Amino acid sequence: MRLAGWGNYPRIETRCLRARDSAETLAAIAANSSLIARGNGRAYGDAALNRQATLSMLPSDRVLAFDEATGRLTCQAGILLSDIIDLFLPRGWFVPVTPGTKFVTLGGMIAADVHGKNHHGAGSFGDHVESLDLALADGRVLRCSRRENPALFDATRGGMGLTGVILAATIPLIPVETAFIRQETLPADNLAATMDLFEASQGWTYSVAWIDCLAGGASLGRSLLYRGEHALRRDLRAQFSGDPLHPIAKRNHRIPIDFPAMALNRWTVRAFNEIYYRRARPGRALIDCDSFFYPLDAILEWNRIYGRAGFLQYQCVLPKPASLAGMTALLQRIAASGKGSFLAVLKLMGRQDGLLSFPLEGYTLALDFPADGQAFGLLNELDAIVADHGGRLYLAKDARGSAAMLRRGYPRLDEFRAIRHGVDPGGRFSSLQSQRLDL
Amino acid sequence: MTGKSSTVLIVGAASDIGRALAREYAKAGASLILAARRVERLAPDAEDLKLRHGTTVRLAECDLLDLAGHERFLDTLGEPPDIALCVVGLLGQQQAAEADAAAADLIMRSNYNAPALLLNAVAARMERRGSGHIVGISSVAGDRGRASNYVYGSAKAGFTAFLSGLRNRLAGKGVAVLTVKPGFVDTRMTEGMALPPLLTAKPIEVAQAVRRAQERGRDVLYVRPIWRVIMLVIRLLPEGLFKRMRI
Ligand SMILES: Cc1cc2nc3c(=O)[nH]c(=O)nc-3n(C[C@H](O)[C@H](O)[C@H](O)COP(=O)(O)OP(=O)(O)OC[C@H]3O[C@@H](n4cnc5c(N)ncnc54)[C@H](O)[C@@H]3O)c2cc1C
Ligand SMILES: NC(=O)c1ccc[n+]([C@@H]2O[C@H](COP(=O)([O-])OP(=O)(O)OC[C@H]3O[C@@H](n4cnc5c(N)ncnc54)[C@H](OP(=O)(O)O)[C@@H]3O)[C@@H](O)[C@H]2O)c1
Repeated sequence: MRLAGWGNYPRIETRCLRARDSAETLAAIAANSSLIARGNGRAYGDAALNRQATLSMLPSDRVLAFDEATGRLTCQAGILLSDIIDLFLPRGWFVPVTPGTKFVTLGGMIAADVHGKNHHGAGSFGDHVESLDLALADGRVLRCSRRENPALFDATRGGMGLTGVILAATIPLIPVETAFIRQETLPADNLAATMDLFEASQGWTYSVAWIDCLAGGASLGRSLLYRGEHALRRDLRAQFSGDPLHPIAKRNHRIPIDFPAMALNRWTVRAFNEIYYRRARPGRALIDCDSFFYPLDAILEWNRIYGRAGFLQYQCVLPKPASLAGMTALLQRIAASGKGSFLAVLKLMGRQDGLLSFPLEGYTLALDFPADGQAFGLLNELDAIVADHGGRLYLAKDARGSAAMLRRGYPRLDEFRAIRHGVDPGGRFSSLQSQRLDL
Repeated sequence: MTGKSSTVLIVGAASDIGRALAREYAKAGASLILAARRVERLAPDAEDLKLRHGTTVRLAECDLLDLAGHERFLDTLGEPPDIALCVVGLLGQQQAAEADAAAADLIMRSNYNAPALLLNAVAARMERRGSGHIVGISSVAGDRGRASNYVYGSAKAGFTAFLSGLRNRLAGKGVAVLTVKPGFVDTRMTEGMALPPLLTAKPIEVAQAVRRAQERGRDVLYVRPIWRVIMLVIRLLPEGLFKRMRI
């Protein structure tokens, strides 16, 4: 069948298998000389695609254990984050780290070592994983944690499915009093002001900025910065007299058909950014978790807005000392191209030491571009700027980067390759991405 | 009647549609009895349902081909369930069934005799009590016999007729009977087949539609409404024309 990542580029023909439990996972591994695990396909590019066999873990989604006292949760890897939240937020628990969509699987969050708006304080998702069960190329299943098989544990978090198939994992949930976030919205006139706001918000649990990447000149990098804390019961005012852990269900909207690619020319993008920037009201608000963490999830299948050709997401991170100069250069290049992004998100990250994990202490920028010829050229230019400033690209977003660029950005790549080779000398687990980037 | 107290029996609970039904009913607060062959396979599912929805789950071993064992199986359950869903079925292989009577016989018994007789025994118990819901998963394949799957289809046709008669018999006796014709569903049974996306439901979609229809006391459910139209047209085609077609 035809399969793609969230960006709908590339789209390939593959055999899609399903793993309902570990027996089916092991059978699929034994029966295929080349395969890759797939979660919910929210990686944008080609990380969860293999032409010979792509193994969907979605049916392996059982909750295996939950400790009501400590919040420790063990689930099979295919469970969706949205299930975890639906089941445990009403009981007063939330995940320690969440990406910007809840339609991802536990396995996908570990394999991409995802980060959230709290990375500067909480680290990546993988930092919180207590242990995981990994099915190897030779059919063994190993429990991995900081104590058991620690090297394999390190290589698996952030390892993009290349060390084996994650069957199950244990994570601690964090206690929350309410399902609401106390949010502050602050406008910043330019990039330096945005970065100052991030520094001033280091004490906040969550922070993120939406950049109007089409604003140029003195306004380059103007943004709205959102910062938030889990609201306490006493923060809830009278209007939320109901159950503080049950916000009112909102309706989702669905993009009905693939938009013609034309709909997204520079003028509509400019108009969108203009409206977004003007309409936002600086100030304080109490908003439900969904609206704070997952604004895009309210529009199901928004990726189809880019039409059949699909789109490319570009996410880089630059070390903090190089961030102002580097981000300025990136934003100038993007503004000049007029191929601006529908979404441009800026975030300050904290320290991180993984083998292939994306975060490093500095600023990360994420944007998307329709997957047309011009965009590929532009992104190559952006790559050069990122590399010059000592930065790297995020594998979970990537569909087109080069092996050389990847190697420059990830100095621990050879350590990763050695561990991977040790458990999978024949390279049974591989993806279009791992082949392209020589991971 | 899926209040906190209702018990739901799912026979064929290891199937993809059965698993989805278990999730759907557990979410609605029902307590479950999951029945299948080699039912110990379902222990992780039972634990999952308890942890997700705080419901009680019992596992019960049953091979429906053991016709003589049906009464004993129902006896072990005690009080008849409020809702009994039978998901059991076997697609088999049409060509093998054409050539091999034993293969055809297995398809016929798995889709007709076994589920019909089990539900008949359930019906008697519910009738005695004066309440209950019976749900049989049949198939659009039973709406008209086609070259590509008529052995399976004829058994499903028998099952559909059986459910219709049962519904007729039990009308006014407090027992409702729902016939489900799912259309294509993306499950183990259809794995690897190229099914048209617009006509193909996900197991959870089937489960939600079944619960809604069962709660409303509906008689016949086509999960995606388009299938009702498609099958109406197929049934209306004159035989002289139909027999030359390959659909
Ligand atoms: C709207 C949106 C917002 C996002 N926001 C963020 C964000 O804020 N922060 C962030 O870090 N990411 C973000 N992402 C990216 C997303 O979190 C990651 O791509 C994540 O990996 C997707 O999980 P998935 O289950 O869909 O996995 P897939 O996309 O299916 O797979 C991703 C990778 O995980 C591997 N994998 C999946 N399951 C397993 C398994 N069981 N065993 C081994 N390997 C496995 C695959 O092989 C592949 O390499 C966002 C994506 C979207 C669409
Ligand atoms: N998928 C479709 O497109 C589709 C369309 C229309 C109707 N249906 C019907 O939907 C139902 C569920 O099918 P599915 O798609 O979910 O496929 P499935 O996974 O193959 O389900 C069939 C189930 O029936 C069980 N079964 C067969 N014979 C049995 C017996 N003698 N005793 C006990 N259990 C028995 C099987 O159990 P084991 O695991 O022990 O083999 C299996 O769990 C079937 O009745 C099928 O005919 C499916």
